[in-house]
Order: sequence, then structure tokens, then C-alpha cells
Amino acid sequence: MTATSKTAESRVENAHEPFISITRRTSSTIGRSLVVRTVAVVIALIICAIITVVLTGENPINVFVSMFEANFGNLNLMMVSMQELAILLLVSLAVTPAFRMKFWNCGAEGQALFGGLAAALVMLLWGGKINDILLLAATLISSILAGVIWGVIPSVFKAHWNTNETLFTLMMNYVAMQLVKFFIKIAAKDGSSVVDPDMLRFSTESGEIFTSAQKFLIIAGFAVIVTIFSFIYLNYSKHGYEISVVGESENTAKYIGINVRKVIVRTMAISGGICGIVGFLLVTVSSRSINPDIVAGRGFTAIMVSWLAKFNPLIMILTSFLLVFLKIGAGNVAMNFRLSLSFSDILTGIILFFIIGCEFFLNYKVRFNFCRLGSQKKR
Amino acid sequence: MFPVAEFINRAVMVGTSLVLGSTGEILTEKSGNLNLGIPGIMCSGAVSGLIGGFLYINSGAKFSAAAAVAITLAACCLGSLIVTLIYSFLTITLRVNQNVTGLALTTFGVGLANFFGGSLKQLSGADSISIVKIAKAYKASLPFASKLGDIGKILFSYGFIVYLAIIIVLVVSFVLKKTRVGLHLCAVGENPATADAAGINVTRYKYFATCIGGMISGLGGFYYFIDYMNGSWEDASKISQCGWLSIALVIFAIWRPVIALFGSYVFGGLWILYNYTGFSVQMEPIINMLPYVVTIIVLITVSLRRKRETQPPASLGLNYFREDR
Repeated sequence: MTATSKTAESRVENAHEPFISITRRTSSTIGRSLVVRTVAVVIALIICAIITVVLTGENPINVFVSMFEANFGNLNLMMVSMQELAILLLVSLAVTPAFRMKFWNCGAEGQALFGGLAAALVMLLWGGKINDILLLAATLISSILAGVIWGVIPSVFKAHWNTNETLFTLMMNYVAMQLVKFFIKIAAKDGSSVVDPDMLRFSTESGEIFTSAQKFLIIAGFAVIVTIFSFIYLNYSKHGYEISVVGESENTAKYIGINVRKVIVRTMAISGGICGIVGFLLVTVSSRSINPDIVAGRGFTAIMVSWLAKFNPLIMILTSFLLVFLKIGAGNVAMNFRLSLSFSDILTGIILFFIIGCEFFLNYKVRFNFCRLGSQKKR
Repeated sequence: MFPVAEFINRAVMVGTSLVLGSTGEILTEKSGNLNLGIPGIMCSGAVSGLIGGFLYINSGAKFSAAAAVAITLAACCLGSLIVTLIYSFLTITLRVNQNVTGLALTTFGVGLANFFGGSLKQLSGADSISIVKIAKAYKASLPFASKLGDIGKILFSYGFIVYLAIIIVLVVSFVLKKTRVGLHLCAVGENPATADAAGINVTRYKYFATCIGGMISGLGGFYYFIDYMNGSWEDASKISQCGWLSIALVIFAIWRPVIALFGSYVFGGLWILYNYTGFSVQMEPIINMLPYVVTIIVLITVSLRRKRETQPPASLGLNYFREDR
């Protein structure tokens, strides 16, 4: 029953159709999706503004200005927000290959954390004792390996026994978190809950080898390289094609001779590996410290970033920017009014609901059947 | 000596929160909706109860335990219902991806809880936001419980929600297995197109299942806060962990509330195990890792056995659109 080709003669029959009829769209143009998404974001922002105004009593323009200033107020702040953007983008790129094959990797958090743990361990053992370049290489490699291990474990079970990957990866997050706590308890003998920069040092006097600008450049560099790599890998390589086919239909993949198990494990290895890099960047490059909360929920945010961008690495730059801007901006607003920093999570949630919800208007066509109202009145 | 009665007592308390969470999720999943927003819903349920109790205490009315309990319960149910409705509307009416919606709901709900838990004091200008007074009302147990020694402690010393949870489990189990409504609900979860053809209102069933399930889960979050944490707010992270474990427990329980009940008590025991072992403080994270490791092992064993009876509802995670083929 399609409602698309209704002529004037069939008006009478319309009276028997429901007031709201929904049909699936077969195609959608880029312009249309742009308009729908923009409208959704704008409505969401208006609602966020209303909530902010109600809670703080501040003029919405001022709120927005203070959000903007928190992100771009000066060079330092700009660098901080760009660095946040780069890290979130990296985590999002990490989860993307897995999502393309419908593997719900909710474990980016744990994979990055475990990568960071490996980096911290290497630095604790060898920091200052070997050449710094060698140390960097060793931490990077061990982080990537650790991330790969943490990602591959659930994927092997998924590939062979179809074990629920969403919950498996989630539980791996908490296991990694507890392992980090254990590491800290062993390493920080004073009973503190972080391993601080004094213990994770390079061989220089201060223990540090990068300036903050260099740190920013390294992190941004990794983000750029991985973005380009992901874009090419997903769209123009045989592996990327195999991932898409497995995501569309496992049976098709089997039929055309793709080794589905191999693809699942290989893709999760890549996912985990990129997460491992994030762990390395967070622990070795950016902070030289580790705590169980160092990934700070980015594993979940990344899922949204990736999904909102329809798994396209280039659009992910935009979506992760949106979320980082909100996070930092709303955090600043909350701080100014001495409210809880979780304020940004609420705003993020609202925006996500709208962007997720607008998907409906891209996939379906809604038609209101006013004839029915008219005919009911007559009766 | 190992304090068995004390240990079981605390395990049942944590377990009650888990069992409410997982029973809610079982009901939801039976309708074919995978709600990954349960952690968020549990957190919002907890914080709505907190807000309700806080407003009641600060309203200046004469304190009565019954009114306090009624108001906090109503607030908790209302809060979790509203949050769940967001999920239901997005996934059932707008038919968008359930996983993403659920995760967004978790972000939102945990944020909501942390925000109001953290800023209620600031927003209202009150001195403290403790609702310990109300927590005492929830803890009221049968008068003869303390006279019966260990048996009393294990069986009768809890607040009423522990028994309410058991009743909810039995009712949900009965409805799912023995009634026409339950049969229809399972039909919707297994094959909505067939259910639709048989004249079952799929949308209505899905809405009711997710909303009632959400309220049950929200109550679980609130219980953790009001009884286990004695009604003083710290942060939402423990409650959201409870939420994730609840979702995992659904698989452990192979979609049967009664199994979830016992599973929850076992997990409750694992959750608090460290406090009752004599291990050094370094070992704490390792012991606390147990619930998650056990969950992983359970996930693997369930997937290895692969019996017909242990499978999830066939259309779990898929949205139903009548005109699709």
C-alpha cells in the first residue's frame, strides 16, 4: 500500500486510511539530509538555550559568548579544545571500522585505557634508563599491542561463537579500569589514586621532553594521519569493501568467499590498535600520568560521533567538533554558575536525541490525511 | 569468623537493585527492544526520587514516613517514565537505531543524575541535600526481625522494596508465562509482523513494555541510592555500573526473571565481596573485577551452549515498520 501516487479519484478511499500515514523513502538527497539535520540541531540548540536560561537566569547570547570564549578565547584555550577534538576524533575513527560491519564496539574506553596502561608500565620500568626516542617507540608499540589485544579478545568470541559483543566489550572496560586501579595501587606506594608525572619520566632533568605546543602538534598529527588512513582504508581498499559487505549481510559475504571470521577479528584489531594509540597519546604524550578515568567516557561519545557522521571519517571531524564545543562550552557555563560539570552531558544528550530522531524524517515520509478528518466531520 | 548473615544481607541489598534493573530490561527486551539506556534510566530514577524527597523535606510540611515514601516512589517512577518515554518515542514511533538511542539515553541520564545530584544544593540554596530521614523510612523492617538472630537478618531485616522486588519478579514471570498479554508480548518480540497480522497492537505493546520496564529499572536505581547508600548522594557512577550489570544479567538469566533474581543476589555478593575478605588493599581492584569477569564468562558459556530455549527474542534490536517486507 503506497501512499505516493494518489489521484483525485481515490480521495474517497483516503477516508479509510489512517490520519497519519508513513511510507519509507527509497532515496534521499544530500541537500535534504543537510536541511533536516540542520533544522534538528537548531531546534535542539534552542531547547538547550531555554534550559540553560532557566537554570542560570543568564541571557542566552551571553551564555553562547561564554561557550565560544571557553573554546576559542585565546590561543591556549584553542589549543586545548583542538587537542580534545583530535583525541575524540581518534577514538571515533577507532570504533568506525567495527561499526561499519555492525560490530557494536562499546569497549573503546577499555581498549584505550589498556593501551595507556601498557604505556605507563613501559615508562615506569624504562623511563630515564633508555634513550628517549627508544622509549617513545617502545611505549607506542606496547600501547598499540595492548589495544589490539583488548579489542581482539571479544572479536574472537564474536567471530566463532557469536558472543554478544556489546556487553563483552563493555565488561572489558570495567576490567581494564580495575587493572589500572591495581597498577596504581602497586606503583604509587603512598596510596594515592593517580600515578603522577614524577614517576613516568623521560631522561631529561624535568622529566618532560615536549613543550605543550609540541604535544598539541603530535596529537593533531596523529589525528590527521589516522583520519586520512581511515578514509582511504574504508572507502578505497579491499579490506574496507569486505567490512562493508560483512556489515550489509554476513551471508552475502560468505557467498562471495569472504572469510567473515577473519574480517571480524582483523577489523577489531585495527579498532583496538587505534584506541591503543589514544592511550599512548593520553598517557605518554599529554599527561605523563594515568588514572582509571583518563579516557573520560570518550568511548561512548565516540559511538555517537561515528554514527552521526554516518561512519564517514571526514564528516566525523564536524560531529566531534560539535560535541567537543558543547562539552567545553557547557562545562564553562556550569563552572561560572557553580553548577555540576555534568551539565554538558545533559545538553549533549538533548542534541543527540534530536539528531538521532531526525533520522526518521530522512528514512520515512509522513503524510497527513486531512480527507479523513473532513469525512469524519460529515458523519 | 566470616560474617555470613551480614554478608548475605548486604548482597541481597545490592542484588535487589540489580534484579529490578534486569527485570525491567527483560520486560523491555521481550517486546523486541534492546534498551541500552537502562543505566541512564536507573540514574534518573534515583535522582528523581532524591529530588522528590528533597522537595518534600524542604516543603515545611510535617514529616510523615508514609507520605515521604509515597512521594519519593512517585517521583522516581515519574522521572524514569519520562526518560524512558524519550527512548520509546525515538525507537518505536520514529524507528531509529536502538543501540545509539540507548547509549545517548545513558549519557543523558547519567548526566542528569550527576547534575542534579551535584547542583541541587546550589540551585535551591539549601544547606544539605541529604534525605537520610526518608532513607530510614525505607529501611523500616518487620519488628520481630531483630529478635530472630541470623535467620531474621537474612530473611526479614530488609526494607519493603526487597520484598516488592521479589513480588515484581514473580508477577512479571507469571504475566510472561501464563497470561494472554504475556503471550502477545512475546509474539511481538519474536515476530512483530506475525503479531500484527494476528491483530495485536504492536506499537501499544512495545510502548507499555518499555515504559513499565523502565519504571521497574528506575526503581532499582533509586533503591541502590536510598537503601544501600543510605540516601546520601555521592555520584552516579556506581548506579550506572549497576545498570550495565543488569543488562548483562538479562543474558545470564536467559530472559527469565526468576533466574535473574538469584543471579542478581550472586552478583550482589560479588559486588561487595572485597569488604568481607581479608586481602590487602592492593588486591581490592582484583576482587572488584570479579562481577565483570564472571559476566564475561557467562556471556561466553551462554553463546557456546546455543540451545533454542536460550536464544534472545528473534527480533531483538530491530524496529518494526508494517510496510517493510
